[in-house]
Amino acid sequence: MKVGVITFPGSLDDVDARRAARVAGHEAVAVWHGDDTLSGVDAVILPGGFSYGDYLRCGAIARFAPVMAAVVDAAKGGMPVLGICNGFQILCESHLLPGALIRNDHRKFGCLDQRLVIENDRTAWTSSYDAGQEVTIVLKNGEGSFVADERTLDMLEAEGRVVARYVGNPNGSQRAIAGVTNEAGNVVGLMPHPEHAIEDLCGPGTDGLGFFTSLGAAGLLSA
Amino acid sequence: MPDARTALKLDTVSLATDDPGREQPWADLGLKADEYARIREILGRRPTSSELAMYSVMWSEHCSYKSSKVHLKQFSEIPQETPVGKMLAGIGENAGVIDVGQGYAVTFKVESHNHPSYVEPYQGAATGVGGIVRDILAMGARPVAVMDPLRFGPLDAEDTHRVLPGIVAGVGGYGNCLGLPNIGGEAVFDESYVGNPLVNALCVGVLRHEDLHLAKASGAGNLVVLYGARTGGDGIGGVSVLASETFDADGPAKRPSVQVGDPFMEKLLIECTLELFASGVVAGIQDLGGAGLSCATSELASAGDGGMQVELDRVPLRDSTLAPEEILMSESQERMMAVVEPGDVDAFMAICAKWDVEAVVVGEVTDSGRLEITWHGETIVDVPPRTVAHEGPTYQRPFARPDWQDALQADAAEALARPTSGDDLRATVLRLAASPNLCDKSWITDQYDRYVLGNTVLAQPSDSGMIRIDEETNLGVAVSTDCNGRFAKLDPYAGAQLALAESYRNVATGGAKPLAISDCLNFGSPEDPAVMWQFAEACRGLKDACLELGIPVTGGNVSLYNQTGETAILPTPVVAVLGVIQDVTKRTPTGFQRSGEQLFLLGTTREELSGSEWASVVHGHLGGRPPIVDLGAEQALATLLADGVGLLTSAHDLSDGGLSQTLVEACLRNGVGATVALPGDPFVELFSESAGRVVVTVAADDAVRLTELALEHGVPVTHLGATGGDTLVVEGQFEVGIDELREVWSATLPAVFA
Repeated sequence: MKVGVITFPGSLDDVDARRAARVAGHEAVAVWHGDDTLSGVDAVILPGGFSYGDYLRCGAIARFAPVMAAVVDAAKGGMPVLGICNGFQILCESHLLPGALIRNDHRKFGCLDQRLVIENDRTAWTSSYDAGQEVTIVLKNGEGSFVADERTLDMLEAEGRVVARYVGNPNGSQRAIAGVTNEAGNVVGLMPHPEHAIEDLCGPGTDGLGFFTSLGAAGLLSA
Repeated sequence: MPDARTALKLDTVSLATDDPGREQPWADLGLKADEYARIREILGRRPTSSELAMYSVMWSEHCSYKSSKVHLKQFSEIPQETPVGKMLAGIGENAGVIDVGQGYAVTFKVESHNHPSYVEPYQGAATGVGGIVRDILAMGARPVAVMDPLRFGPLDAEDTHRVLPGIVAGVGGYGNCLGLPNIGGEAVFDESYVGNPLVNALCVGVLRHEDLHLAKASGAGNLVVLYGARTGGDGIGGVSVLASETFDADGPAKRPSVQVGDPFMEKLLIECTLELFASGVVAGIQDLGGAGLSCATSELASAGDGGMQVELDRVPLRDSTLAPEEILMSESQERMMAVVEPGDVDAFMAICAKWDVEAVVVGEVTDSGRLEITWHGETIVDVPPRTVAHEGPTYQRPFARPDWQDALQADAAEALARPTSGDDLRATVLRLAASPNLCDKSWITDQYDRYVLGNTVLAQPSDSGMIRIDEETNLGVAVSTDCNGRFAKLDPYAGAQLALAESYRNVATGGAKPLAISDCLNFGSPEDPAVMWQFAEACRGLKDACLELGIPVTGGNVSLYNQTGETAILPTPVVAVLGVIQDVTKRTPTGFQRSGEQLFLLGTTREELSGSEWASVVHGHLGGRPPIVDLGAEQALATLLADGVGLLTSAHDLSDGGLSQTLVEACLRNGVGATVALPGDPFVELFSESAGRVVVTVAADDAVRLTELALEHGVPVTHLGATGGDTLVVEGQFEVGIDELREVWSATLPAVFA
């Protein structure tokens, strides 16, 4: 598939996300935040970083980026969209995903090799995993604590929309939620960074690769 | 427009000529009487207030190296080539550049930001990272990694609690936001750093040979562009003296002299600058750091054709009330100055606009040989730029071996009471592992992103940080920074060499070939002959060691006046060594990988306990002579480690805490235990800090190959035992569980800062 990775001026992990898409066998293209269209891509990744500096609430400005109108339209049309870290924050700010990410409960930036349990293996980005599978992926952020009101949390649980949950709770996320999906399962937000876990040489193993190989797996979106 | 009050008092060159007798605050700006006299002699008149401001900051210790340069000069005597090629740029440029093969070059440099970090820990540390990154960027390189050697007062000191969390958060906050992996560094605690923490910052950058850019303004008619952040009142420092002369009492308050960083702007500046380089629209470039526009304009002009004309009122300001003297001195961060050919200006501006980076043509290169700066049409600076940038004063500071040095060296730690039983040794191993200098530093390093860019092959707590620079060929570089200030206090010549040797060894343990050094020389007051002697000895030690090892000094930084009252810090010549590795996939890891491997010690253990971590932690003692330096042995060891790539399954350097700490760390890395039998006095074997030693493991059937390799390189080799189990066993002495080790090792920092 042709995977577009959006580069905001403060994006940091865009190069890594493109590499991960390539390693998973896709064609990766850079999409500029100021563009009005997604130039014919089949899926979109919003990478980690600090979009526009994020001195305001993380992602609050990025949701108004010219390219985001196209992302929102595409997401509503069923295109697979993955927001990683800052990308997750932007998807929440854009109301493509419920909830919000606030400052870690320990008040510090944290960079860890984090264990997660994949709970939903039916999304566009997790079909390569089995539900209940434990993986180790890099977690690195200052504002990664997932919050939502109780009713939303109950709904996410009831509808199976918690995509991944932390083993332990490194940042005070409600119900240890590390990632969620939308109702259709095409939009996924994930606080940890699977793109940093795609090769043994430069990360904690290859557990993250499944997010990228899931993309385009047969029959997925009709499921 | 300046307000009427400022305009009224604008000091111009013509006013300086008409009113030669005006009293000037040169002493308050840190100039000496003879320096002020020399400025008058150079100009043939009194300086304007703007000229005075420029000379005062450019002739400061920080910018002019006036106390240190007579000693630094000897680094130029070292051949400007590395073991694999020539240096592409050396001392005097923003950072040295070395050839690492395959058409790649690497630039790296370590710098200090000590005093600002004491005043304002977060911003001081953050802008320290920002400054070194711009130095690397200015060479035409993409910054690819940072490291930060830090020194603090004792862990339980109040001052440490004030500065450490902010410094760590500042290093992380800035570097993380730039997307640069932090791959190593140091965190060292010692009484002498109370009230004077050391924040050194290192950056590594990578470029293709043809992309090298130098800081010079050549070609009369070329335009001078200032781009990046707007200029504000931050970081003005001593120039507030001028401002208070210029303004009435109801004028703006004196502003903080610590700069405030904006890492997002720096990220934009990096990407924008790299795109400018790639587009070929940069004829010369200089970052703005210490001394701001004063430095950038005078250095660019001085290194080029010698002339520049600048319209200072064109500089975009954050604060419209700033006086010209303040604009010249401001150390506002995230600014760069480029020299651009007139035909390229439109393309230059378009790239800046793409990245939302403000850019303004502020002047042009001339062949007048003068740096002329105007303010709304009036000339406020007219100087020969070399006299500002390169011909500052040089001091021959008196230096003398202090009278206490003999007594210090006579007080050897070898005479101190030692643990006598196996139980005592066990308790000492645990006590050292939990001590502030040897304990787990992940409370600090977990606040840094070590994964971004996806090329981090090794990061702390490995001996060195290693970065892949080519994904196809797997070419990589490794960097380490080290310094044991206690050794340098006992003998600054040997101590500087030991710092170099340790850093060299740490690069070698990963499998890389050491190529070059950069140094950050942190010392007390140069006005104290004892400190000046320490500095002179350390420089001499580094030069001699570089000559013997065949590696150059590519650049670095000097930080003096690191002292509180009469007490100087431990002399701390931090040495960064950079090495190259042809295939990072074959790097040697630091920790034990699996059970059943054979464990060896390479190198010679002597009874060397003076200055050791044991003497410090257990006895609070510092005295005696540091370990012997044998650079020939270090070189042989490093060659063995490079040749042993593929054979060695792990390699870990011995330094602070000796064999004891090396075994502890190697066991804890992957939870693999070990059983060792010590050939000599178990206390000496465990806690001596003899240099030139590494613990290695090999697969069980490779033991003979290793001993043959050691023989071939003339490196003493001792079989210690084997890996395996979940305990560390010293036969006949004690056994300690890995869980217990991990518990005490990892509890220290969280207990204090959690």
